[in-house]
Amino acid sequence: MKELLELFYVFLKLGLFTFGGGYAMIANIEDQVVNRKKWITQDEMVEIIAIAESTPGPIAINMATYIGFKRKKFLGALFATLGVVLPSLIIIYLISLFYDNFSSNQYFQWAFIGVKACVGFLIIKAGINLVIKMDKKFYPFFVLVVVISLMIVFELFNISFSSVYLILIGGSIEVLALLVVNLYNKKKESEPKLKEEEGQIIDNNDNKDKKEDQK
Amino acid sequence: MNLLYLFLEFFKIGLFTFGGGYAMIPLIRETVLKYNWISETEFYDLIGVCESTPGPIAVNMATFIGASQGGFGGSLLATLGVVLPSFIVIIIVALILDKFIQNKYVKQFMKGVKPVVASLIISSGLLLIAKNLGYVNMTTFNFSSRGAILLACVIGIYFLYKLIFKKKMNTILLIIISAGLGLLVCFYIP
Repeated sequence: MKELLELFYVFLKLGLFTFGGGYAMIANIEDQVVNRKKWITQDEMVEIIAIAESTPGPIAINMATYIGFKRKKFLGALFATLGVVLPSLIIIYLISLFYDNFSSNQYFQWAFIGVKACVGFLIIKAGINLVIKMDKKFYPFFVLVVVISLMIVFELFNISFSSVYLILIGGSIEVLALLVVNLYNKKKESEPKLKEEEGQIIDNNDNKDKKEDQK
Repeated sequence: MNLLYLFLEFFKIGLFTFGGGYAMIPLIRETVLKYNWISETEFYDLIGVCESTPGPIAVNMATFIGASQGGFGGSLLATLGVVLPSFIVIIIVALILDKFIQNKYVKQFMKGVKPVVASLIISSGLLLIAKNLGYVNMTTFNFSSRGAILLACVIGIYFLYKLIFKKKMNTILLIIISAGLGLLVCFYIP
């Protein structure tokens, strides 16, 4: 029980003092959980970041759930997640109570015209940070151009098309490409000698061809 | 009934967003506009608020939108909706960790998702900037000098800070400065 409360308390602190969301959270979690509490090792931390990034949902929540689960199974996950969510829930709920009073105030509106300019910049910056981390290959940049153009067309012509589908299509195309490559390599394996190296080259070419077909 | 939709929509958002906070912005925008939960202007104000309050942005936004629809119960349901998919998926992953991480199909799927998510984020940023500059729809564009000046100031301040202090500016500080700039510019430019 003591350990559960400690999990709750540590993640409550993280939720309360981390501004700017997920990626800011990673550094703080590392400091608290790896350096101070020594609940997990540095290597495990790297693993956890990889998991948090490749599963859906807010990164902070993913990490809290995972670390909690590692320490104390289901209850640990529950306490850690509750801890990280609770400060947001309370603070934002309180703000929402007073928000309507503020929002009709002219100075408030002026201030938020400035904030909106800033938010536009921040969103683009977040997107560009992701682009920088992308593989420097043709295909990801091709997807980038296609999806941004699509979104602009959707907006201009008022077409509603859920982005969820775009995300799922994007992921599925890669999986499909891998399946096709695997199939191709299996055929090749029946002919000896042409293995690894050939497979690599075919892999790349085949990927590109596939995408063009998909379009 | 509305509360049920609130929960289900945020559950969907939680389930289909990879890459955290900003990746959720396009989806949350689509959803709130579809149901008319809050106006588009309010939505962008909200991003500013959620950035400058502690905690994960997605949770903050869910809480606020939930509160606007159904008070504290709404907050709770929307937050639960956005958190639950993570919670369930992570526990499943923790139970079968090695297989999941080693799975090349999972890796491949993520590889395909990344550029899409980046594009969605950039598009939503571009749309907001276009709107700040006066874009209304395909046939209407009322150029806003306020918007243009503010955008130039924000970008200028950010890069000037980076140049002088050799480090990235704190987001909250930038938002607070922008709020001040908003007051100033709107006061002088009617």
